[in-house]
Amino acid sequence: MTNLNRVLSKVSMLIASFVLVVSCGDNASKDSVVMQDPATIVIKGTMEAELTAPPFVPAPVGDRPAKKLIVNMEILEEVGTMTDGVEYVYWTFGGSVPGSFIRTRVGDEVEFTLSNHPDNKLPHNIDLHAVTGPGGGATSSFVAPGHEKVFSFKTLNPGLYVYHCATAPVGMHIANGMYGLILVEPAGGLPPVDKEYYIMQGDFYTKGENGAPGLQPFDMQKAVDEDADYVVFNGKVGALTGDGAITANVGETVRLYVGNGGPNLTSSFHVIGEIFDNVHVEGGSMINKDVQTTSIPAGGAAIVDFKVDVPGTFILVDHAIFRAFNKGALGMLKVTGEEDKQIYSGVKQEGIYNPEGGTIQTMPNDGSPAVAENTNKSLSEKIASGKQIYTKTCFACHQSEGQGIPNAFPPLAKSDYLNSDVKRAIGIVLNGLTGEITVNGQKYNSIMTKQTLTDEEVADVMTYVYNSWGNNKTNVTTMMVSEVKSSH
Amino acid sequence: MKIIIRLTICLFLFWTANSNCQSKMVKIDGGTYIPLYGRDSLVVTISSFKMDVYPVTNEQYLEFVKKYPKWQKSNVKKLFADDNYLRDWKTDTLLNDNQSPKAAITNISWFAAKDYCECQGKRLPTLNEWEYVAMANKEIPDARRLKKYNEFILSWYEKPKTANNDIGSTFKNYWNVYDLHGLVWEWTYDFNSVLISGESRKDVDDDSNLFCGSAAVGTTDLMNYAAFMRYAIRGSLNANYTMKNLGFRCVKDAKLK
Repeated sequence: MTNLNRVLSKVSMLIASFVLVVSCGDNASKDSVVMQDPATIVIKGTMEAELTAPPFVPAPVGDRPAKKLIVNMEILEEVGTMTDGVEYVYWTFGGSVPGSFIRTRVGDEVEFTLSNHPDNKLPHNIDLHAVTGPGGGATSSFVAPGHEKVFSFKTLNPGLYVYHCATAPVGMHIANGMYGLILVEPAGGLPPVDKEYYIMQGDFYTKGENGAPGLQPFDMQKAVDEDADYVVFNGKVGALTGDGAITANVGETVRLYVGNGGPNLTSSFHVIGEIFDNVHVEGGSMINKDVQTTSIPAGGAAIVDFKVDVPGTFILVDHAIFRAFNKGALGMLKVTGEEDKQIYSGVKQEGIYNPEGGTIQTMPNDGSPAVAENTNKSLSEKIASGKQIYTKTCFACHQSEGQGIPNAFPPLAKSDYLNSDVKRAIGIVLNGLTGEITVNGQKYNSIMTKQTLTDEEVADVMTYVYNSWGNNKTNVTTMMVSEVKSSH
Repeated sequence: MKIIIRLTICLFLFWTANSNCQSKMVKIDGGTYIPLYGRDSLVVTISSFKMDVYPVTNEQYLEFVKKYPKWQKSNVKKLFADDNYLRDWKTDTLLNDNQSPKAAITNISWFAAKDYCECQGKRLPTLNEWEYVAMANKEIPDARRLKKYNEFILSWYEKPKTANNDIGSTFKNYWNVYDLHGLVWEWTYDFNSVLISGESRKDVDDDSNLFCGSAAVGTTDLMNYAAFMRYAIRGSLNANYTMKNLGFRCVKDAKLK
């Protein structure tokens, strides 16, 4: 009897506190929706989930209520193309790498049926990072070929999550392409955008080197060594280039759901020529703004969005850049529409850009002495030798006819600054120059690096310059160079 | 005396008649081996036994179901075989056109395989017996440390539709047994005695006494990968399951001489 009393009093206290909570909630009804424990969200109705192959995503959840969501996923082991002439046996969720995109909202009760195609040789399962429970579903979904397993889970945390196979050997199942993304949208959905795409990076390990033709088997040793032959978006080289490129129109907002299946490598995801306006860091609720490159760990994801303001082709890369240009981690976003010269001018002035040249350069005032040589050359020999040095060393900035580049690099042709003081000019070549100077009435404020040249080379190249383009034909000798050098 | 001779002849005739419809067997000399999984890392002793040279074929199984109609696909009890049992067959007693009579029988359950062997006076091999024979390559009885041996197995895992190939199309191993690797998975009597839970990463727990996942996951040894997948497939099975890539062969105890 006392027990019953105690229970009753507890219940009445609970009711009282509930009333309190509700009354609080009335004051700030929006907050209370956000605060609701996702586990207590009541589902209304049943629907079958739309599953899409990359780079596409299912329709947004919008403001639909939480539902029982039926997901039917089939596992297929099949031969696919890694790159031209190279084939690979992919193990897939839904016939694509990455696997089908699953879109849910918080509070959904997902009834997940995992079917293992009868032609498959191996058992598989699925670990969804969106699942709260042992193994992320892996314990309940271990399924032999020709069979299916059903399990269900409630989505509690909004975010973008990786799913993958967790059957032994786990690394091999993932390396063969068994991963994908599941999105859990918050109540009311993510803010609407114009275009949404699904991109997932993965690293692949083949018996032959990158490009070795034929059907390439998985190489376990390379996988253990993390020595990837291919690092690609959406399962193969060129999945997102050419006809596979994703598209948008000028003025649209593009959202990318980017995952990284691994198995090993972290992605430095970057879109060349765009800045991410918003990044859901690691696929979670924290939003970072104005991001150039976002890090996506293996088994992790990120949601990025940005407005495309100008037309053109924007290259998606893993900015660990050799992966992009040598291993395949490269995609394209093609944007069409009106140009906006204010945001991006296009080419304003065309010039040959040949940075740095062949000579090793160091920053100014790094005073290591060069070896002096004393040989006697005729003027024409010096000019010929000097021309070669000029082409190798000076040409990139001062240009072929010594004309320089307006506002950036001063001219050497008919240069008052050059002709008025030979020793100063020698000193600049030897030690570099920083700061404002006036040449032929124009102001330049730039840096010229110290050139690592021998005294003879300095003499030759300066003699060439002084004997070209209307300059005062000074014959710069090695002696003059060493004098300037020792005077410092 | 006459009676004894007659009896002997009768027995002999019976024996030859019987053995004609039986597949060829070879003797496997007993020995010891250390299995991959760690039931206290015990050395397992195998007694001598005889093993079928080839997996049981479609043709042989067809004879079997004609003799034992309870194993025909329309008659089989669901408790003993799932819906995919003999799925590709045209009828109860007819193979499909694309099925070779000489290919290994697949889509059969453990119950069916066990009964088949028993009807031939044989039995299913134990997991240890099967693994003991299967660790041989062409030349040596235990090739598990050889890269080539393991690469062959791993490459088979990646080859699609090998179940349609005829028996004898892979290599003859040290014991003169064919097709242990390269055609189909095979049932063993105690297929689920080494359990792998669905969550392979969990199998490192000491208390579960299961296959040591950490040893396989943390290893650089190809052998573990090849074998681990075999244990994984066994772990995913129930006795009434049937699979397109899963067949069987029988063994028999060697007679004491």
